[in-house]
Amino acid sequence: MLLTKPTEGHLLQLTMTIRIRQLTKIYRVGVETIHALRGVDLEIADNEFVAIMGSSGSGKSTLMNILGCLDRPTSGTYELAGKRTDKMGAAELARIRNEQIGFVFQAFELLPRQTALRNVELPLVYARGGWLGRRKRAREVLQRVGLGERMTHRPNQLSGGQKQRVAIARALINKPTILLADEPTGNLDSQTTEEIISLFKELHAQGQTIILVTHEEDVAAVCHRIIRLRDGEVASDQPRESDPVHRERLARGAAVL
Amino acid sequence: MILNPILLIQTIFLAISQIWANKMRSFLTSLGIIIGVASVTSVIAALDGLRTLVLDEFEQIGASKLFIFPQRPAGEPRNLYPHERIRLSMEEALLLQEHCPSIAQLTPQTSLGATVRTMSLQSDTITATLTGIWPSWHDIENRSVVAGRPFSQIDEENARRVCLVNEDAIKELRLDADPTGDFLLINDNRFLIVGVVETREPTLFEMGNATTEVFIPFSTAARMQPQNFGFHIIAQAISPEASDEARHEVEFVLRRSRNLGPDEANTFGVESIDQFVQQFKTLAAGITAIAGGIVAISLLVGGIGIMNIMLVSVSERTREIGLRKAIGARPSAILMQFLVEAIMLCFAGGLVGLIVAQTMVMGLARIPNAGLEAAAIPVWAIVLAFAFSAIVGIVFGMFPAIKAARLDPIDALRHE
Repeated sequence: MLLTKPTEGHLLQLTMTIRIRQLTKIYRVGVETIHALRGVDLEIADNEFVAIMGSSGSGKSTLMNILGCLDRPTSGTYELAGKRTDKMGAAELARIRNEQIGFVFQAFELLPRQTALRNVELPLVYARGGWLGRRKRAREVLQRVGLGERMTHRPNQLSGGQKQRVAIARALINKPTILLADEPTGNLDSQTTEEIISLFKELHAQGQTIILVTHEEDVAAVCHRIIRLRDGEVASDQPRESDPVHRERLARGAAVL
Repeated sequence: MILNPILLIQTIFLAISQIWANKMRSFLTSLGIIIGVASVTSVIAALDGLRTLVLDEFEQIGASKLFIFPQRPAGEPRNLYPHERIRLSMEEALLLQEHCPSIAQLTPQTSLGATVRTMSLQSDTITATLTGIWPSWHDIENRSVVAGRPFSQIDEENARRVCLVNEDAIKELRLDADPTGDFLLINDNRFLIVGVVETREPTLFEMGNATTEVFIPFSTAARMQPQNFGFHIIAQAISPEASDEARHEVEFVLRRSRNLGPDEANTFGVESIDQFVQQFKTLAAGITAIAGGIVAISLLVGGIGIMNIMLVSVSERTREIGLRKAIGARPSAILMQFLVEAIMLCFAGGLVGLIVAQTMVMGLARIPNAGLEAAAIPVWAIVLAFAFSAIVGIVFGMFPAIKAARLDPIDALRHE
């Protein structure tokens, strides 16, 4: 069920994972003022699988940072799992990131000297009561991403795809409300990209809410909803089936991953 | 900032692993602290050893002792204060004994040169210094006899020709091991040896070796000298604390006996050992403070080294900081991570420095005749070294740590 209209009733509004109203972000670089976001409205429900697309300068990175609570909007509201985060302080935002958001980065961002297991455990270091059963949870989540055999390997002993699996396991360990992936396949070859994409599909099937930021149409094509940004505004927000680019590609006979 | 003990323990382990991973760099970084702590503690230990030695010497002389001697007022011409005017008299010695309640006992002491030989015909004649003393000298100097008997009041009152010799004198005059009852010819007069006193090792202040000593009663010594001979008085206060009071009493009694007006300076001197001890303690504390100050500068330099490397570390690990923030590390947790690392570096430096210092001190204590046998690092210096290391770590680690904590996670993750 897709709920894209803001008028579906009180009860349904409460189930929204993300509610964004009139979000703007203005940067000041010297004397220049850059309007990165110019009033974005967005709602994402539980267990959605969303791609955010747009060319560089479209505001997708800014939106991504605000969604991930790494940044605060200039104006507008952002509600994550029923909580307003747009006015939170640095420490509160850190807690939200720790408990509600799982990040997956293009460059993996693993600690090079730590084993896969230790890398996966890292968010629990900063979690309340995170030391309880930490090792067990890390093992479980590594099994889940298919790396049960390589838990004690260090990042330099792992392939790109395996590194990204470790990063995904790390993002999942705190059972986040949303899994936020920023160009997760940008550093991977096509074979590995497919593997990682199918892992995302699997996680979505298990009930995980996933937001992918990408510029690759192939990757966006697996998502159930595609949001396109242009000049800091939402240009289109459609289910995959009605997304114009997607339809065009299908018509040209592109394979769906 | 709420301190989560579990997070703190993890942070400490993280810091240790970080330091261990960069062993060489960590060592070089904390070298400044190592040298600083090693020098501060070994200097303190050496000074402490010297201080103990000197205070022991004072203790041996007797902290409650006072010396009373004739003294021309400083800067006054000789003809205005001739010897006759400033010299101590027997009447004054008796006055002091009677009118100074803080003085337990006293003895005048005078020295004179004399020829000494034994009764044996083959005996060499030696020149020795005779010391004239009262019987109370035994108590005041804490030197009783090892054979025979000490001087008695009867010896003194009758100016008897009796003497005491020390072990060195026995050796030099080739007397019997126990010469009590034998006679010595002193200036060709027969003196009965009544006892033997121990040869005392010279203290730090009496340079040179143990010497031949011959003691005779003070009244006997007085008769062997011309009129107006000079002597000084050694007095013992009732306690070391009373020595200051005793000094004032001596001054009061002597000024009255000499009819000195309020404007006139003392024509005598009174010095107490306790006074020297206090002066020495002040001096030693001053030297320690100066040494401490010099060393504090080296610790400061060490601290700057730590800060420098921590800044490098923060910039090297910018992406790691960004990641840690992205996955939920609060600014305070990042601050703590770098602060703890700086403190651990300083602490490790302090520990190594202490080990180096201990080795150095053990080496110093083995140097013969250096007077540093008692050198040891006092506990307060160890505590101080660690406290100072920790403070250096906090002070110089704070700036890099704040820099790390303030990093914007977005910028940090984009950092190349």
